[in-house]
Amino acid sequence: MTLRDVQEILEAEVFVGHDQLGMELKTAFGADLMSDVLAFAKAGSLLLTGLTNPQIVHTSEVLDIAAIIIVRGKRPLAETIQLAEELKIPILGTKYILFETAGRLYMKGIVGCIEKVADKREFS
Amino acid sequence: MNSHETVVYENSFPVEGMTFKNAGRVSTQIKTLLHKMKLPKDVVRRAAIVAYEAEINICCYAERGRIVLRVTPERIAIEAIDEGQGIKDIELAMQEGYSTATKKIFRMGFGAGMGLSNIKRFSDFFRIISEVGKGAHLKMIIDI
Repeated sequence: MTLRDVQEILEAEVFVGHDQLGMELKTAFGADLMSDVLAFAKAGSLLLTGLTNPQIVHTSEVLDIAAIIIVRGKRPLAETIQLAEELKIPILGTKYILFETAGRLYMKGIVGCIEKVADKREFS
Repeated sequence: MNSHETVVYENSFPVEGMTFKNAGRVSTQIKTLLHKMKLPKDVVRRAAIVAYEAEINICCYAERGRIVLRVTPERIAIEAIDEGQGIKDIELAMQEGYSTATKKIFRMGFGAGMGLSNIKRFSDFFRIISEVGKGAHLKMIIDI
């Protein structure tokens, strides 16, 4: 589906990236902890988060996250918008809570960028 | 790293400590640089993640620091050198979930004790040297 479809499904406001709504998306990752995003999110995914600070943009840039959806009706900080415009990472905002946001996208075909984490032993 | 290896690129980037004002700027810069060198996407991504976690550490815990990037045809070396409180127990700090973070750090989406284990997860070599009260020196290598 496209980011435009995502916008419609989530009745979302576009804060950054009006010109990028045509991008194709297949997967997503949701978290408020950026270190978990860094550990598990895959390139090209949507990031669903309740955070609004510039670190959501830096984290997305580092990981090649396609676009950010801010949940629970929160609005990105001014410096977050500025950085996202600079790095060309779209930010949308929805009033739906994280669970509903994920559920609504999943029903329409977006899946998690991973299903489960690997056995911890693999990393230690 | 072998001293006679050809260094393709080397630079040191200052990082401001104890503030999130510019946190992530250096990693974004490093990622752009590596991307321009036409290195494999996965390698660039791993190096960027490692640099970012190390940069966030300096922003969280150190007075000041720098990130040194050195690229050879075989590998990317990233060093994060800071002046600050240092790490008391490295083995403990490496444990996933162990954290000494403050509320300010949590609000930014960090501080859950994942940083060092993330660095370990994405690098091919990882070493920490630290002296309490002086600072920490992280060295990471990503093979190309």
